[in-house]
Amino acid sequence: MAELDALQNGGTAVDTAERIPTVVADDVHLIYRVHGGGTGAVTPVAALKRLVSRTPAPNIREVHAVKGVTFTAYRGEAIGLIGSNGSGKSTLLRAIAGLMPVNRGAIYTQGQPSLLGVNAALLNDLSGERNVALGCLAMGMTPEDVRKVTPEIIEFSGINERGDFSSLPMRTYSSGMAARLRFAIAAAKKHDVLLIDEALATGDARFRRRSEQRVRELRASAGTVFLVSHSISSIRDTCERTIWLESGVIRADGPTRDVVAEYEGYMRK
Amino acid sequence: MPHTAVADADSGLSPAQLAARHGLGVAGERPTLAAYTRQLWSYRHFIAAYANAKLVAAFSTARLGQLWQVLTPLTNAAVYYLIFGVILNTKGTIPNFIAYLCVGLFVFNFTQTVVLGGVQSISGNLGLIRALHFPRGCLPIAVTLTQFQHLISAMVVLVGIVLVSGEPLTFEWLLVLPALLLQSIFNAGLALAMARLGAKMTDLKQVLPFVMRTWMYGSGVLYSVDNFSKHLPEAAVVIVHANPLLIYIELVRHALMEEVILTSSAWQLWLMGTAWALLVGIGGFVYFWRGEREYGRG
Repeated sequence: MAELDALQNGGTAVDTAERIPTVVADDVHLIYRVHGGGTGAVTPVAALKRLVSRTPAPNIREVHAVKGVTFTAYRGEAIGLIGSNGSGKSTLLRAIAGLMPVNRGAIYTQGQPSLLGVNAALLNDLSGERNVALGCLAMGMTPEDVRKVTPEIIEFSGINERGDFSSLPMRTYSSGMAARLRFAIAAAKKHDVLLIDEALATGDARFRRRSEQRVRELRASAGTVFLVSHSISSIRDTCERTIWLESGVIRADGPTRDVVAEYEGYMRK
Repeated sequence: MPHTAVADADSGLSPAQLAARHGLGVAGERPTLAAYTRQLWSYRHFIAAYANAKLVAAFSTARLGQLWQVLTPLTNAAVYYLIFGVILNTKGTIPNFIAYLCVGLFVFNFTQTVVLGGVQSISGNLGLIRALHFPRGCLPIAVTLTQFQHLISAMVVLVGIVLVSGEPLTFEWLLVLPALLLQSIFNAGLALAMARLGAKMTDLKQVLPFVMRTWMYGSGVLYSVDNFSKHLPEAAVVIVHANPLLIYIELVRHALMEEVILTSSAWQLWLMGTAWALLVGIGGFVYFWRGEREYGRG
């Protein structure tokens, strides 16, 4: 204990190679409720009957998506999250981002993690340029910073490669273009923890290469990156550590090469 | 279940101890009220940009575009004038009915649009909320700001109507500014409260238009609320007179019009208007802040 105190107070005694944790998940359980999609009757009479008899709507169901996950992520790491569909990867990312309450256990994070998902909608009626400005301001940049980075973001997203799209409303963009712009906005800021949920999947091959390069840069600037992807090659290219989730439980956690080999063996079955 | 593959100096600690040692916070924790207020202030540029963006987007698909900012209040006033002024002839008892009606309509419309926009400001922006981290209070405040900009163009129309209807331009007109400022604070608080309610109670959106219509009939927009005192008991009349929207409407009427009959004396109106603004403004803000963790979850 005395040694621990010395570490905290002294600072100089700390080994410079010491790894600093940025995300700590401690026996995390996540349960979410799904509305709709049920098979119950959807007539007004049925709804009234439920109100009178005080039974919950039949189309609300609970899904125990993550069952006791424990791991520690460190600064400068890029961690791939793999697993079959519905294994709880996206749910876990949303909880790390603080967008979903934890039912049991706890998640501790350094600063405010940012989640970048495919459905991160911006304002469709506005031009790409205005969306860039809004997105940057929403990430806490000052107006001067925004003016400086806007051309860089437009350039990086490549939406102007086919003419002047940045001044057109976003509803005229293809899904790939919109996803590229969203990624470009989120990647414009240094994040302590960046969570990427399949966001790179929609871009074309050239953009994918560029964004993978950007992920590596973000990592080098002392951040932690989580990447959810079904594209094993992009996990292999960007992450040195991989966590394999299956039915809400960690099946493997370790160097990407080993975990991916094990995962591919499992998926072939 | 394998844990982290690599052991280091921290390996003896439990996850909670490890987190505490490196100063990690619990994900999605709510800031203190003071910190939250500071955060909101540092996001003022975002609020302004968002409000402005909504203003631009509102009429972007209409051919006449921003002209609708002026045409909407004008058309609104014309419809009510036709029904209540010409056909039902309520104007008989009220001097300068057209100015009376327009003030009531435009001031009421400010609160009405803020409430209807505020209730959807969280539930209608889930994509934005789930994608980016910013104090959620930005959204309902931006709604208030957008509608305030609409109000300004409505006010330009109103000044024209009031002048044409024969009212003289006096120094008293300056009182419009503090009156609308108080109403804006009141509206911001209301938008914040509605945003939290609307985030949880999805049915509220369907009910609110009826609530707002009831409120309009009780606020002396189309006729004088003196009509009520003939039919209501004494206690109910007190409640009618304490209606914040009636107060703000009367304050603006008092500022712009010469011969207007007020329900309470002018200083009483100012006092009640300030009290309502502080009560709802601060109350709504605290109520919204207490739910900050929940928005966009589940």
